[in-house]
Amino acid sequence: MEYAEIQALKQAFEEVPGTYLFNADRCRAGYHINMFCMSLSKDENRKEFLADEATYLANKFSGTTSEQRRCVLERDWLGLIKSGANIYYMSKFGATLGKSFQYMAGEMTGQGQDSYRAMMVDGGRVVAGNRNKKDNGGKVLCISNISKQDFSKKAQ
Amino acid sequence: MAKITAGIGSSHVPAIGAAFDQGLTEDPYWKPLFDGYPAAREWLKQHKPDVAIIVYNDHGSAISLESIPTFAIGVADEFQPADEGWGPRKVPVVKGHSKLAWHITESLILNEFDMTVMSKLDVDHGLTVPLNITCGQVDEWPFAVIPIAVNVVMFPVPSGDRCWRLGEAIRKAVESFPEDLKVVIFGTGGMSHQIHGERSGMINRPFDTAFLDDLTRNPERLRKIPHLEFVKESGAEGIEMVMWMTMRGALSKNIHEVYRHYHIPASNTAAGLIILEEDNY
Ligand SMILES: [Fe+2]
Repeated sequence: MEYAEIQALKQAFEEVPGTYLFNADRCRAGYHINMFCMSLSKDENRKEFLADEATYLANKFSGTTSEQRRCVLERDWLGLIKSGANIYYMSKFGATLGKSFQYMAGEMTGQGQDSYRAMMVDGGRVVAGNRNKKDNGGKVLCISNISKQDFSKKAQ
Repeated sequence: MAKITAGIGSSHVPAIGAAFDQGLTEDPYWKPLFDGYPAAREWLKQHKPDVAIIVYNDHGSAISLESIPTFAIGVADEFQPADEGWGPRKVPVVKGHSKLAWHITESLILNEFDMTVMSKLDVDHGLTVPLNITCGQVDEWPFAVIPIAVNVVMFPVPSGDRCWRLGEAIRKAVESFPEDLKVVIFGTGGMSHQIHGERSGMINRPFDTAFLDDLTRNPERLRKIPHLEFVKESGAEGIEMVMWMTMRGALSKNIHEVYRHYHIPASNTAAGLIILEEDNY
């Protein structure tokens, strides 16, 4: 495939709102942060990380960017995705903090886990209006499939 | 001779595994999902396969970004449950079928599928959750397992059609093995779900229903679904359904649907389960 064709193909995925496809570019940018996440699938590493997060990152994963390290320390889950982390790798970091995929989704969507979970129980997020950035000015709708309720606000 | 007698499509949502492990299968949130499983388990018990080829993906558990095989095959005698950040799941060790796995490896490579050979492979929820779904909680899995790991994490992932042709090549390999073995093949992952970014939680029941229907009615349509359509219509992580294409590609034209179950939600995901049996075997 031609170089330009490959770039155009990747760009087509970027037109899907709220989606950061883990492609070769993000894999390249995210190599060290993902390897940091993966290191947490060993118990001794989890203990060492939790004892001193910043030192663990700086010493063992010095290839991470300062932005990626900030995202880890501040639990900026969407920021991690935007800076090249992959959700499956991030789940090891989440698990180390006792957080599930559903918790991380609640954070990334800005809905919070309770409101997000209620949307899922109500049939999940709609597809209509969420296919292309131009559908809705780049914003993702938080409308549920079954009752068409808006779950964008965090539950009280 | 060995033969493939049935295919099973199954989601592999980690939260389903956690619900098993934490004894939550009767919990009101989980019950409607788990109520759909005993019928499939009963069918599999009666069917009595010797070997299951399980097409799944590793989720950064045993296969890291250090090396990303597009297609890999597990040839070991056993596979340990992986630590996914919570400590390994307390499920039985997965016993392999080394002899058949090596034969499939030889046959696939000679047939131009350049497999990565895994002599050590810790298996994560992608493989163990479908085993729980179809076998329940047991002390020992009732059949040997040959893991086939597909990269569906780093794009470009293989096309649905390429995955289908891998299935066809697996069928050829199995059929040329001289021992009498009854083999079933699993395609795992999906169905519609997205678990990253602001679009997390997107679910598309009509897409999933048509996908399940067309496994028997119009599989030619499914093998040609482009990645972009999967991402838009079934969510970015719905791309896992290309692994169901390997399962379907390994079956013949003459199959029938035995059972299906579909439920929303399992955590972030629409959970699907289908059993397709060969008409004559
Ligand atoms: Fe998966």
